[in-house]
Amino acid sequence: MSGTAPKSRPVALRLDGITKRFGAVLANDAISLEVAQGEVLALLGENGAGKTTLMNILFGHYTADQGRIEVLGEALPAGQPRAALDRGVGMVHQHFTLAENLTVLDNLLLGTRPLFGLRLNRGAARARIAALAQDFGLAVDPDARVADLSVGERQRVEILKALYRKARVLILDEPTAVLTPQEAEALFATLRHAVAQGLAVIFISHKLHEVIGIADRVVVLRHGRVVGEVAVADTDPARLAAMMVGAEIRSPAIPTVAEGAVALRLERVATQGFHPDLVNASLDLVAGRITGLAGVSGNGQGALAALIAGLAVPVAGRFQIGGRDIPDWSPLAAIGQGVARIPEDRHHAGTIGDFTLTENAVIERLRDPRFSRHGWIDWRAARRHAEGLIYGYDIRCSGPDARIRLLSGGNMQKLILGRALEESPAIILANQPVRGLDIGAVRFVQERLLAARARGAAILLISEDLEEVMALSDVIHVISDGRLSPQFPRGSMSAADLGLWMAGQGFDHAA
Amino acid sequence: MRLEPIADPSPMRRVLPVVIALAATVILAGFLALVSGSDPMAVLGLIVKGAVGSKFAALETLNRATPLIFTGLAIAVAFRARLWNIGAEAQLYAGALVTVLLGTGALPLPAPVLIPVMALGAIVAGAAMLVGPALLKLRLGVDEVVTTLLLNFVMLLFISMLLEGPLKDPMGMGWPKSAPLLKEARLPRIVSGLRLHWGFGLALIAALAVWLLDRHTVAGFEMRAVGAGETAARFAGIRVPRVVIRTAVLSGGLAALAGFSEVAGLKGNLTLDLSPGYGYTGIVVAMLAGLNPLGVVLSALFVAAIFVGADSMSRAAGVPTYIADMLLAFALLAMVLALTMTRYRLRRA
Repeated sequence: MSGTAPKSRPVALRLDGITKRFGAVLANDAISLEVAQGEVLALLGENGAGKTTLMNILFGHYTADQGRIEVLGEALPAGQPRAALDRGVGMVHQHFTLAENLTVLDNLLLGTRPLFGLRLNRGAARARIAALAQDFGLAVDPDARVADLSVGERQRVEILKALYRKARVLILDEPTAVLTPQEAEALFATLRHAVAQGLAVIFISHKLHEVIGIADRVVVLRHGRVVGEVAVADTDPARLAAMMVGAEIRSPAIPTVAEGAVALRLERVATQGFHPDLVNASLDLVAGRITGLAGVSGNGQGALAALIAGLAVPVAGRFQIGGRDIPDWSPLAAIGQGVARIPEDRHHAGTIGDFTLTENAVIERLRDPRFSRHGWIDWRAARRHAEGLIYGYDIRCSGPDARIRLLSGGNMQKLILGRALEESPAIILANQPVRGLDIGAVRFVQERLLAARARGAAILLISEDLEEVMALSDVIHVISDGRLSPQFPRGSMSAADLGLWMAGQGFDHAA
Repeated sequence: MRLEPIADPSPMRRVLPVVIALAATVILAGFLALVSGSDPMAVLGLIVKGAVGSKFAALETLNRATPLIFTGLAIAVAFRARLWNIGAEAQLYAGALVTVLLGTGALPLPAPVLIPVMALGAIVAGAAMLVGPALLKLRLGVDEVVTTLLLNFVMLLFISMLLEGPLKDPMGMGWPKSAPLLKEARLPRIVSGLRLHWGFGLALIAALAVWLLDRHTVAGFEMRAVGAGETAARFAGIRVPRVVIRTAVLSGGLAALAGFSEVAGLKGNLTLDLSPGYGYTGIVVAMLAGLNPLGVVLSALFVAAIFVGADSMSRAAGVPTYIADMLLAFALLAMVLALTMTRYRLRRA
């Protein structure tokens, strides 16, 4: 099956039979699609469906084993990022590629001028930027330092950078992951401007409602193949989701659970050394309750997560677990107090890539009598424990001796989850527990968290995905610039209301 | 071109690159002999004969391997935990110094007590040499590569001062060397009549002990964890500073045992040429072994054989001994590349 652009408009980009194999894995299997000028094409698929590989091939980072790429009717030479740029393919990555200590103007000029040129001719560039900003509704101060810009503004600079290089095809990889709902709206307005000017846009996303809001057509990838292609007018989120995973999906049902005592309490707590730090933060984690933390990334989630994980200590305020003050707070103390931690960065904080599944499974509990006696490790017990996790948490791997680096993100996360939940923790810190996972793994992780809640665990769920927070949480706090909002019970706030708090409004009146 | 990790390297894949690396080293040796105007086959033959061709040669190789096993272990232990100890040379001399201080009459003890006390003293001294840089790294973020490297020169000059002054042997005819060890302070030979001392046995025991520590103890696990993923190790409740200090003690202690074994087993006194760079060669030994403690024994034997063989060959064939250094350098490069190729495959992008 292939995606065909409407015949009325000229084709901006055509991919024809792109196939790419990594060892035994077929990452892209004869993918063909077209994007017309003035069209937004959404590329939808689970993680591991092959979206990123496809875009890397298009952009010349990888070379396809088979297939060809045409931009505006001309074949694109394989494996040359420079050629892709020159033909007008622009990409806005999820993680921005801007030089933070340069101004917006210099960032745009970077790489467009010969290395040993004498004059930069900033004046002409400035005029072009002004014109572009006008045409596309991208208001950015060209003389501002990128470091001083908000995330939304930086994204605009990225788009402007692509346009400045005369991009005709604009690829956006998960562009809304880091934006507030309001900023996302502004981005969509920009994209509508861009397509009105004849640009072709490829929009990569997991978020179904956004895809429906902005795209003209949707191409769905699954297991490296195009499994569906529909006009947005003819579909709805449920049908798209079904196409993505190959089955109908439902939101998890949230049963009522009797709430218990306060398991962990922060009272006007402050931290030191983070950007930003927590200020005056008060929070109760209650047994049998999921407390959701909503907020745009980089607003103090890091400080709060580090504090609860034991990596940071409070410099002001009170920090209590089970009603008692904790004097020497550390990761070891956190583990000892029954705080299960699911870290944000599963590759660096959660696991050691070159260690085996077994080693990673017992790393937090190695000094337990279960796994060692007098400093001697009982590897058989450790292996049995790992095998139990592999079985109980459905970890797909070649066995407990496999290096964890070779596992997919979802399976890695299942190991971290299993390692944490097997200890029946009283408190669970789940920091971005489902980021980057496919829908199957997302469901699995969420169900396990809900089961822990039913068992009476107090859970803090930190996520940048507002939908996820709203779907799972009993109460929600919003974090903005290191400040915590009061708690809002489930259903008391709309996404737009929360969005205002995320943007920092409301804190002045409350608190 | 890019490197792609291989999930499960086949036995062939594990062995073949190493064999190729060794073969390439031999071919280079022949080429170097040719350049210096000799018959390549004859030179290679002389190297092999000089290293293992007779009982005397083989024992000489084992003796030469002894300090290299200790320093190789010291480096392997430190590097596994990402503590970049370049100062094994200084730690070796610290161990040698304490051995001489305790073994020349300061402690009137019988041999079964005196020798362990000397070894322990040497370990403490070597550990102290590395704990300082480790503390500076932990507290102030001072790069231990710089501090440990510079301490080598400090230590060498300090020893030089001592040998010209307070430690100078009054019976030494003016040479800068220490008084000889007491008879009770000398390491006995493993088999009487053969020139191989118990330092070699101790080195093998140390390698086995380090391997057990590495694989089967919580302490070894924590050292490996800190080296392989410090962030994850800290997150998992491992007290990283403590582990780094523990690593420094172990690594410095092992390097000091090289000095102890050279003085008490072989030389009998302390001179400034006690170590022809064993501390640095230990890095080569450890890298060749892929930082594996048991591999260190093999690679130390290999390196020692090249040195001993090249020495003997140069006396017989008149080819400079520098050939040994070149061979080692090339063997290291080839082996590092080979070990990479066992775990990754090269792909055209």
